[in-house]
Amino acid sequence: MIIPIVRTAILALRRDRGSMVLSFVVPIAFFSLFAIIFGGQHSTVPKIKVIVVDEDQSQASRQLVNGLKNDGSLLVITEPEPTKEQPQPTPYTASTAEDSVKAGDVSVALIVPQGWGANPISFRGDSGAPAIQLLSDQSDTIAPQMVGGLLQKAAMTSMPLTMAEQSMKYTEQYLGAYTPEQRKKMEDTLDRLRSMQSEQSNGAKGSSSTSTSSGGIIAVKTRSVVGENKKSPMISFYAAAIGVMFLLFTATGSAGALLDEAESGALDRVLSSRITMTGLLAGKLVFNILLAFTQLTVMFLWAWAVFKLDFFTHIPGFIVMGLCTAFAVASFGILLASICRTRAQLGALSTLLVLTMSAIGGSMFPRYLMSETMQKAGLCTINAWAIDGFTKVFWRDLPVTALWPQVSVLLAIGIVLFALARRIARRWEYA
Amino acid sequence: MSTNPHPSNLSPVPSPAPLEVNALIKRFGQVVAVDGISLEMRAGECLGLLGPNGAGKSTLIRAIAGRAIPDAGTVAIFGDAAGSPQARAALGWVPQDLALYPRLSARENLRSFGRYYGLTGNKLEQAVSWCLDWAALQDRAGDLVSTLSGGMKRRLNMAAGLIHQPRLVLMDEPTVGVDPQSRNRIFEMIEALRKEGMTIIYTTHYMEEAERLCDRIAIVDHGRIIALDTREALVHNSFASRSQVLARLEGPPGKVSAWVESRGGRLVETTAEFTIEGPNEIAALLDAASEAGLELVDLSLRRPNLESVFLHLTGRELRD
Repeated sequence: MIIPIVRTAILALRRDRGSMVLSFVVPIAFFSLFAIIFGGQHSTVPKIKVIVVDEDQSQASRQLVNGLKNDGSLLVITEPEPTKEQPQPTPYTASTAEDSVKAGDVSVALIVPQGWGANPISFRGDSGAPAIQLLSDQSDTIAPQMVGGLLQKAAMTSMPLTMAEQSMKYTEQYLGAYTPEQRKKMEDTLDRLRSMQSEQSNGAKGSSSTSTSSGGIIAVKTRSVVGENKKSPMISFYAAAIGVMFLLFTATGSAGALLDEAESGALDRVLSSRITMTGLLAGKLVFNILLAFTQLTVMFLWAWAVFKLDFFTHIPGFIVMGLCTAFAVASFGILLASICRTRAQLGALSTLLVLTMSAIGGSMFPRYLMSETMQKAGLCTINAWAIDGFTKVFWRDLPVTALWPQVSVLLAIGIVLFALARRIARRWEYA
Repeated sequence: MSTNPHPSNLSPVPSPAPLEVNALIKRFGQVVAVDGISLEMRAGECLGLLGPNGAGKSTLIRAIAGRAIPDAGTVAIFGDAAGSPQARAALGWVPQDLALYPRLSARENLRSFGRYYGLTGNKLEQAVSWCLDWAALQDRAGDLVSTLSGGMKRRLNMAAGLIHQPRLVLMDEPTVGVDPQSRNRIFEMIEALRKEGMTIIYTTHYMEEAERLCDRIAIVDHGRIIALDTREALVHNSFASRSQVLARLEGPPGKVSAWVESRGGRLVETTAEFTIEGPNEIAALLDAASEAGLELVDLSLRRPNLESVFLHLTGRELRD
């Protein structure tokens, strides 16, 4: 009784390519994708890009910068990439470094202030010398802490305790012996240094970088230059990230109406009227753009109402990014519908592509957690450009003019995909 | 639009002809779906395309509607090439499939298709109202298509093809899958159009429909028109004054079929069909059956019909 049912079901499954793809190809594809992103198949651990500005230019500061440069976890940048306009760019200053953090070029910048090298060791902030400034972007919660820790490590390795002891010996040798009182103070200082080293080597945590000073061997003043006044750092990110992923699903589902119409013969009837294929696809495109934009609006209004996202002060940027994103996803949906022969095919293909794009493009987890290769691969997706644009609007408070790279790419994607869809849709025009 | 939104149908249609098809060829790979068809329609006539499934009727209709590009030959609608904007405006197409939006109501479907033809405002509403009246769907106008019966969907499908007041209508097997009552309702709708002088092409593989509705009938087989004339002329050309005798015989099955074949007849299930020149041949036929040891159970005489013509011309049944 059971076996005939099983046999029939197996036969039906074998004939249903869409289900076969969903059952076997999609899980394997996703497993592989996640393994590539997080499984350590790449030997290169993602490096943290950090701008370092050495205003001090002392021996100590240079040693510190060299120590940072030699750290395999950091990619230290002291000047912008050369361009055609500026083949020999000017090194970063405190001001331009801060601008770069605000623009999202890097998540962290370190400013070594003038006079820091005179007394680099802070011993819990009591040196009186100016502290190193760590400028951070709160949307990346990991990078500033990593850089703060690596800064202490660099200080420890590039200016070890032995240097301090040696300097005491040289002082005694060339300037004369310390008085008992001086010696006691020196020994106390060394003891405190030893004690600190001992604490750190035992894995005891120093107090984390705060907005005032560091508890490490060198003083660090951390300052959030982006999002310092934001209540919920990741809300705008997730509104855009999740929004775009579901926009892609909705757009493909909506564009699938083309397949229904082709199957029922309604498409033939429409095309025998005054409507041309270009007109029909353009109509579908406009509808899908409006649908996607409405979806995004609802999503962001929800974020405003429930999660206190600052929506109404960012309306122009939202409209620009919303329309460009909607155009790109609508074209994507129409292209997929024109490629597929049946709804089942469309369902399988769209699931595979949308989830892949969302994984690579940062809709599921931030791209800065991925390797550099995956971050570059993410730039091939609508998700990445849309998320970057919305982040610029809602997180970095950048003006609409700063959105030109995202707008250009999304519009280009939309135009190319729609042109491809129009080309492929020729199969419906005439038998 | 008190009763009819198509006043143009009532006025004499000047030349050129509503439809001129000249040496049309359409291939799909190695298959020749339409093989050199030529025909010309007169204004106000109803031309039937009669042929079995796969004969090429629907491909011919698609070529006339501008939805299939011919490999050779031309199609002109009131002098304009098929697929041109003028031809599209002059042509109404009722496809074989239910080409409707299932999630829209009957009225919304008609409005949508009307807008696709450029109708707006009062003109659109009048056309929609006329179509609903014509299809007897006024009381179901607000219902979703998905909730209508099969016959109602068929009628709406036809109405959608006429929403823009075409001068020539292509009806591709509009009665497929409907019950006899709905079929009669559809016949009445078509006859109403005919009375108003609408030019219609009607494809079917039911000879009764072609006989009832069409002025002329083109018999299509293997992509060709093998005969085109009025019903009477087609029958006369094939059978002249001959009649058909239908006889039900009892006897050993092999013996019955062998005897029928030897007398130049054919056996359709349990009934033998013979073509005779005159009633005097009936007696001879009965004597021969008796001599062969076959028992006559039933006997009738009839005039040949389109089914007989199709069989005569092709050697096959119309519904093979």
